[in-house]
Amino acid sequence: MAQASLKTRPAGAGGAAGPRREVTAEGRAARRRTRTATWVMVALFAALGLVVLVPFWAIFVATFQDGNMIVRYGLNLGIDLSQASFDNYVMLFTDSGSYFRWFLNSTAVTVVQVVLTLAVSSFVAYGFAMYEFRFKNSLFVCVLLLMSVPFEMLMLPLYIQINDMHLQDTYLAVILPFLAHAVTIMFFRQYLRGIPKEIVEAGRIDGVTEYGIFFRLVLPIAKPAFAAMAILNAMASWNNFLWPLLALRSPQNYTLPIGLNTLLTPYGNNYELLIVGSFFSMIPIFVLFLAFQKFFIEGMTAGAVKG
Amino acid sequence: MTVLVGRRPDRKGFGVKRVLYSPKVAPYVFVLPFVLTLAIFWVSPLIKSGIMSGQKILPGQVDNIGLANFERILGDRIFYLALGNSVKYMIYTLLLLIPIPLLLAVLINSKLGSDRFKGLFKSILFIPALTSVVVAGVIFRLIFSESDSALMNQVIGIFGAEPIKWLKNGTTGFLALLTVASWRWTGVNILYFLAGLQAIPNDYYEAASLDGASSWQKFWHVTVPSIKPTIVFVLTISVYGGLAMFMESFMLWAGNNSPQNIGLTIVGYLYRQGIEKNDLGYASAVGVVLLVLVLAINIPQLIATGTFKKEER
Repeated sequence: MAQASLKTRPAGAGGAAGPRREVTAEGRAARRRTRTATWVMVALFAALGLVVLVPFWAIFVATFQDGNMIVRYGLNLGIDLSQASFDNYVMLFTDSGSYFRWFLNSTAVTVVQVVLTLAVSSFVAYGFAMYEFRFKNSLFVCVLLLMSVPFEMLMLPLYIQINDMHLQDTYLAVILPFLAHAVTIMFFRQYLRGIPKEIVEAGRIDGVTEYGIFFRLVLPIAKPAFAAMAILNAMASWNNFLWPLLALRSPQNYTLPIGLNTLLTPYGNNYELLIVGSFFSMIPIFVLFLAFQKFFIEGMTAGAVKG
Repeated sequence: MTVLVGRRPDRKGFGVKRVLYSPKVAPYVFVLPFVLTLAIFWVSPLIKSGIMSGQKILPGQVDNIGLANFERILGDRIFYLALGNSVKYMIYTLLLLIPIPLLLAVLINSKLGSDRFKGLFKSILFIPALTSVVVAGVIFRLIFSESDSALMNQVIGIFGAEPIKWLKNGTTGFLALLTVASWRWTGVNILYFLAGLQAIPNDYYEAASLDGASSWQKFWHVTVPSIKPTIVFVLTISVYGGLAMFMESFMLWAGNNSPQNIGLTIVGYLYRQGIEKNDLGYASAVGVVLLVLVLAINIPQLIATGTFKKEER
């Protein structure tokens, strides 16, 4: 079954279709080895794939159970149908409490952050991609350093700075430091460098301003880069935890991950919300993934050195 | 921003506008947002933090104490414990998250099996990377729960083992941390390696076949050298990721306090001193040490891989 859709020579396929070849004992042995190897691989992949999905199944079945019991007795794969109900989901959608407030906060932060980050970072990247100017190299080294030094190592100085600027507990503090986002700048720069310089020159001859060239001639060509970066930034922003945890204080400002985290206290009284809320918070990103898988993969591997 | 999209650049108008629109000045306008961000949010805080590392900061009172904070680090047993945990975690993640994803990527890239099946496998392994560390932490905290009906205890129960208090013991706690890391990042590293593998020209393998090379020889003498840049890249991000790990531990132990600090990492220690204890002077000193540590790995690595040079083209 596996061989049918192979693009390259099907090593183990039945000989009828292919050109006639002498069937030697050696060839038959090689074919048998390939077939065994294929089955071993299929079995390995199937097993690994199932193991990877197990945690999702475990939290999925838990959303139908009593949250307090789950937190006390842990997650497993079984579901006690006599206890199962949709109560948790009903609560999630009808509860006047915090969950939907957090959900809306997260959505707003994500949308604003993605739009502004793409606008600012592509603008900066164009400067690096298309011009020669003094300090370009030193500035670019700063982009590289900012890209590779883990944020965790820089979080405390930034935290102190935000407090000094009296921006604590605002979304400005969450978003502003990352608008000129190093990884996004790198990706756009790489992409924009591939755009022929003739377009820019032609624009200049036609009397378009430097900024007009960027906005009207180059941006429309760069749409695929925007798609990949929009997806990557949306996921990062939706899942962002550490910095919002430091920057935000009041529960009504929490984003989803911060809110869910506060439910995970040893003496919590809202474990139903923790379980069903955690599960439900994954859904928007999963939907994006199913719709735009290609862009996820492009964005994720963008940082890797091209072989 | 549309204001900037003027149509008549040659027209003699306001001086400022003319300067802003000149091709000599435009690049600086383009990179200005980055320069401002860099200055306001990264460089100036770092300088401030450097100054604070030489101070004792109490509410309403700041004393310059020279290098006393750094001396305190040298004698700080908990700092060493945290550093040890981070280094240990980094080494184990390197051992798990480089060879295994590489092997899986080679299998996916091979001629065995159908592309559709392998594509599905690739997508499934990538899915955990979509989860936030909070959700992953909640799930695995409850899978590694100490109750005998929790999943991990059920699994070891199949082999007749007694239930374990996973998160109360150093070794098993680490196992839980590594499980979360492997679960979330194996698929991503596979994608990195696949990107490298797909760039290898097929001729290389055909030439090796003509020379009578076995699959294993091809792997060592063709595949590995060809994807060295990818391996170095994954190695680098794994080193940083490993040393900077904090959130996974924070979620697994529902906070920064694990029993006997078995899950405490250097960033966790920074968080404890700076955010939880608000000892900003000492925390800044810890931060400076960490940053020097990371740059000490970072800069030689960037130079060695030619990143600086390549980009100057």
